[in-house]
Amino acid sequence: MAERIQLAHGGGGTLMQQLIDQELRALYADPTQVLHDAALLPLPPGPLAFSTDGYVVQPLEFPGGDIGRLAVVGTANDLAMAGARALHLSVAMILEEGLPLELLRRVVASMAAAARECGLTIVTGDTKVVERGKADGVFLTTSGVGLVEAPEPIDPRAIRPGDQLLVSGDLGRHGVAILAARYGLNLVPPVLSDCAPLWPQVQGLLAAGVRIHCLRDLTRGGLASALQELAVAAGVELAIEEACLPVAEPVARTCDLLGFEPLHLANEGRFVAVVPPEAADLACALLATGGGAWIGTVRPAPGAGGQVWLTTALGTDRLLIPLSGELLPRIC
Amino acid sequence: MAGRVGELAAALAATVSRPWTVMEVCGGQTHAILRWGLDQLLPPGLRLIHGPGCPVCVTPAERLDAALALAAQPGVILCSYGDMLRVPGSATAAGGADPVAATDLLGARAAGGDVRLLTSPLEAIALAQAAPDRQVVFLAVGFETTAPATALLLCQARALGLANLSVLLAHVRVAPAMEALLLEPANQVQGFLAAGHVGAVMGTTELHQLVQRHRVPVVVTGFEPVEVMAGLLRLVQLLEAGTPALANAYGRVVRDRGNAAAQALLEEVFEVTDQPWRGLGPIAGGGFALAPAYRHFDALARLAPLMPNPGSAVSDATSAASSPCISGRILQGRAIPSECPAFGGSCTPEHPLGAPMVSSEGACAAYYRYRRQAA
Repeated sequence: MAERIQLAHGGGGTLMQQLIDQELRALYADPTQVLHDAALLPLPPGPLAFSTDGYVVQPLEFPGGDIGRLAVVGTANDLAMAGARALHLSVAMILEEGLPLELLRRVVASMAAAARECGLTIVTGDTKVVERGKADGVFLTTSGVGLVEAPEPIDPRAIRPGDQLLVSGDLGRHGVAILAARYGLNLVPPVLSDCAPLWPQVQGLLAAGVRIHCLRDLTRGGLASALQELAVAAGVELAIEEACLPVAEPVARTCDLLGFEPLHLANEGRFVAVVPPEAADLACALLATGGGAWIGTVRPAPGAGGQVWLTTALGTDRLLIPLSGELLPRIC
Repeated sequence: MAGRVGELAAALAATVSRPWTVMEVCGGQTHAILRWGLDQLLPPGLRLIHGPGCPVCVTPAERLDAALALAAQPGVILCSYGDMLRVPGSATAAGGADPVAATDLLGARAAGGDVRLLTSPLEAIALAQAAPDRQVVFLAVGFETTAPATALLLCQARALGLANLSVLLAHVRVAPAMEALLLEPANQVQGFLAAGHVGAVMGTTELHQLVQRHRVPVVVTGFEPVEVMAGLLRLVQLLEAGTPALANAYGRVVRDRGNAAAQALLEEVFEVTDQPWRGLGPIAGGGFALAPAYRHFDALARLAPLMPNPGSAVSDATSAASSPCISGRILQGRAIPSECPAFGGSCTPEHPLGAPMVSSEGACAAYYRYRRQAA
């Protein structure tokens, strides 16, 4: 019989101490920190960024990643979108009674590895166990603090007509990896999630002196939702070229099969950058090394703004609107 | 692709000498036309009207109400295809039969029902085997494209002697619906782009008969932008020449005889029946019913004791009278979505009043998604 999480693991007694000592200690760069109620952080001078996110993905492990990696990388990426290098993270875990301990070990190891990859430390955490059926395996919440390294505020309100739109890599891999796992599509070879830290690319842009007006990571809702949010927040119109959108062949084929568009699929390691025109060539050259590309421009809006126009590969135009709800495969 | 589409657009412009009104039958084609903005490339005078070929859209509300009632039963696992889960039953009509009742299957799931999404009907077998103490009901929708897969499911279930699997059948046949549209006194359709994937299964025999009976040209057409444009060009050539003939512009997929194995499955498991289409009303020969040897798989007959007030469902006619939704006229090709007073206002994909706003194949959803003319 495999070892499993029991309610007593969250009860505050000896089983909980064992869980922390034997299984969760690997998360912490400085294991003595787990003995204290709060982390004491010697923070460098300068503006800080702070962000939090909850993670509830199913399946917990998917091609190219797992919920642990997602929870560390995802919050670090939110900080990177403010031009900040992630420094420290907190991790709250809600575990479902019956969770195989071996699975928890893999998730914890994955979080520790992702933290090292991001160059951040996990400094405080909490663990609760709920009855079977009251959660879905593992729920994670991470909060992170980071040091802002961008010289100017990176903010949707900095977006100006004439700015250029770039993406940092090809679209839709995470969405396809999750859908394939969820619907039992045996894609050969499998499409792997793009789940990865974004800070190296952002840092590369900053180090090269690229002025950045805005960054937005492409998560649920994909590029379509991200662009829509930016257009609304900045009160502008965005125009993108479908032929310029980087989409890998297996992602495009899977979308054809299920009736989805790569523009609506989730990503976990991609962002859209809005830069002034004079910075576009350099930014594009830097992002192209990771599969990124120029995709469009910012236009003045006739009214309140908020529209995203897409020019198809045929030269026709259509409005791009975000998906309304869950992605559901079509019938035929 | 852009070059070839441009050539076809130029050829169309050179061919059209007077106004024509043609219908693309299939929602997948409607979707491609709007997705790619193909209508922007057509010569003036060539008018496209959007056909009823969206299986999600034409599934009768009564059938959905039955699915919702079954999904609310603790002993039932209700499964169907993805975009069926968002389609409103009759309770969404203005006034609503019951304000508390779930209006779609996602709502039924949120209310505690066991609703599963399948990508293949055969997955229902594993579900039934894994839960022998529960009844697995497959809400079987779609044209001749998906009907053979349901037939295969029932063949296998019968061979396995599965006693806890049944189907709520709503399969429809396309050719009789095309005929019904032509018989409408207000019909404007002068030619059809027929659904290529239906042709892949059924072949061209039924369409030949349609052409002969009604003297309208029909072109079997695919779904890629180049294929839709090539189908349109062929159709306009036939119209201009005054030749009411059948042409196959989807030859890479469609053979005259169709798919014999799939047809044999249909023959084995189903028989042709008159069937109401949501928005269109009853259509002679418009659907499939279970053949006698398979009638014990009928969920309605088997699970009738579980159904509360089977006669209480609001009929389409009732709901249509009290709702601003004009989906019936849209499905008949007599109106386009942006002409509906509710379009983009009280009717959106988040809060659909009619089925064509729900399905990715529905004309209203395609208009909303790709242009949103009214707001």
